Amino acid sequence: MTDLTSMTIAEAKAGLANKSFTSLELTDAHLAAIEAARSLNAFVLETPDQARAMARAIDAKIAKGEGGPLAGIPLGIKDLFATKDVRTTACSKILGNFVPPYESTVTSQLWRDGAVMLGKLNNDEFAMGSSNETSCFGPVVNPWRREGSNTTLVPGGSSGGSASAVAALLCMGATATDTGGSIRQPAAFTATVGVKPTYGRCSRWGIVAFASSLDQAGPIARTVRDSAILMRSMAGHDPKDTTSVDIGVPDYEAAIGKSVKGMKIGIPKEYRLDGMPAEIEKLWTEGAAWLKAAGAELVEVSLPHTKYALPAYYIVAPAEASSNLARYDGVRYGLRMPGRSIGELYESTRAEGFGDEVRRRVMIGTYVLSAGYYDAYYLRAQKVRTLIKKDFEDCFAKGVSAILTPATPSAAFGVGEKGGADPVEMYLNDIFTVTVNMAGLPGIAVPAGKDAQGLPLGLQLIGRPFDEEMLFSLGEVVEQAAGRFTPPRWW
Amino acid sequence: MSVDAATVRRIAHLARIAVTEAEVPHLQGELNAMLAFVEQLSEVNVDGVEPMTSVTPMEMKKRADVVSDGEIPDDIVRNAPETQNHFFLVPKVVE
Repeated sequence: MTDLTSMTIAEAKAGLANKSFTSLELTDAHLAAIEAARSLNAFVLETPDQARAMARAIDAKIAKGEGGPLAGIPLGIKDLFATKDVRTTACSKILGNFVPPYESTVTSQLWRDGAVMLGKLNNDEFAMGSSNETSCFGPVVNPWRREGSNTTLVPGGSSGGSASAVAALLCMGATATDTGGSIRQPAAFTATVGVKPTYGRCSRWGIVAFASSLDQAGPIARTVRDSAILMRSMAGHDPKDTTSVDIGVPDYEAAIGKSVKGMKIGIPKEYRLDGMPAEIEKLWTEGAAWLKAAGAELVEVSLPHTKYALPAYYIVAPAEASSNLARYDGVRYGLRMPGRSIGELYESTRAEGFGDEVRRRVMIGTYVLSAGYYDAYYLRAQKVRTLIKKDFEDCFAKGVSAILTPATPSAAFGVGEKGGADPVEMYLNDIFTVTVNMAGLPGIAVPAGKDAQGLPLGLQLIGRPFDEEMLFSLGEVVEQAAGRFTPPRWW
Repeated sequence: MSVDAATVRRIAHLARIAVTEAEVPHLQGELNAMLAFVEQLSEVNVDGVEPMTSVTPMEMKKRADVVSDGEIPDDIVRNAPETQNHFFLVPKVVE
């Protein structure tokens, strides 16, 4: 039964349907894998009792021929999603032992469709980070290592627990969130598939807010098909989120294997950075060749404001974060530190509860929104954001169906290697992904190869608004050509 | 633009985060590194460009102004550090 954890969701669905195994057996196999992989620190809370109860309940349904599109599939949930009666912390000390009396819309849809929750997954504190090192539960370990080396590598972030757990076969898929690259960058670092849907595609209700105009939930899975299966359950209109869009959710899985013949794929020249590693450049060229071989037409495109996306992001995202995180005041939930006055209570609680990266971003956000600086920073960044979005609109108006780029400027790096002296060094990880959030577009990261040290590298495809299907069709082409990558087990 | 130590203390107060004197120089360095990074935005010509207010072109949804949830005080206060009779307790605000 050991290979129960190495199946894809599509294979497990077939196995459950033809009664080769039960959801309880599948769930138990994953719970055992989680227990044996605690050194990866991917889970911050294991919920084995709840998992088994959910599995038993869904087995009874399957026996009666009921179920749902995810019946019996064990998943991990990023700790940013509120889960009813299960501790939710955003991996911040300030939420302490917060136990939500409600369930996020996205996770409630997964349970509606029959999925089983294995536990809560580690992430950067409030999803602020690109290495999962800012979590109050400590860093997550990437199951991938450089060939012949024992150096501990980061899985990327902020959805580092999700990516690590999926890559290490601890869960069949995971929920994740992406504000500047937090799904796609960890997916690229772990040879998993990560989808950041169009802004408005998935409800944000019940997800701990970071930067509300950029945040989107999406899946991390081991194959493009699996990510499409998960997306169908996660997406959909929710009256409780006014930015969630009221349009139908297509059968994303049907897009897998669809011909991409004649599709125009843009190669943006501005993504060719000075000093970009040769292997990233090579991977990108290879990816373009695979799509061409599948019948797509490659065209060079220009997105002239690309270089301004990351600086504009580091105004917009902290500004929104400083506003969203004002709610953590030690009064209604979470940590509380003593104070003689209410002002002192707020200040001491927030000083104790927020980690360094969160404090930094709340402070910069407060500054750019403060009187006298709003126009120079925030308003200007919002105008630049309009220009970034227009770059993409101009490109799509010329008949381009999707854009191909590298997912990250490098492979996974070591724990403690980046951002120690200058926070900007860490921020540069998101240089290829952040434009997509700024423009509200869908993006997918697909494993595409390895670097000279044997570490996985990913390619990113960027689509038109609400055309995730195109990304699944193109992503499948990349996956078929590149193959799949599994880390050798050492933990 | 860059921030001085007094501005760092002022921002910390606005953000309601206690900062010790010893932390100020370090924070000042970090904030100035971020401000130096975003400085390049000043070279973009934004004349006549509308600031983005919504990334997806959509009208703000409205709903009837009616109570749609409630009668759950136990749920509301269940995570609070200090409560009494369904009230949140804080240090005295008005003398």
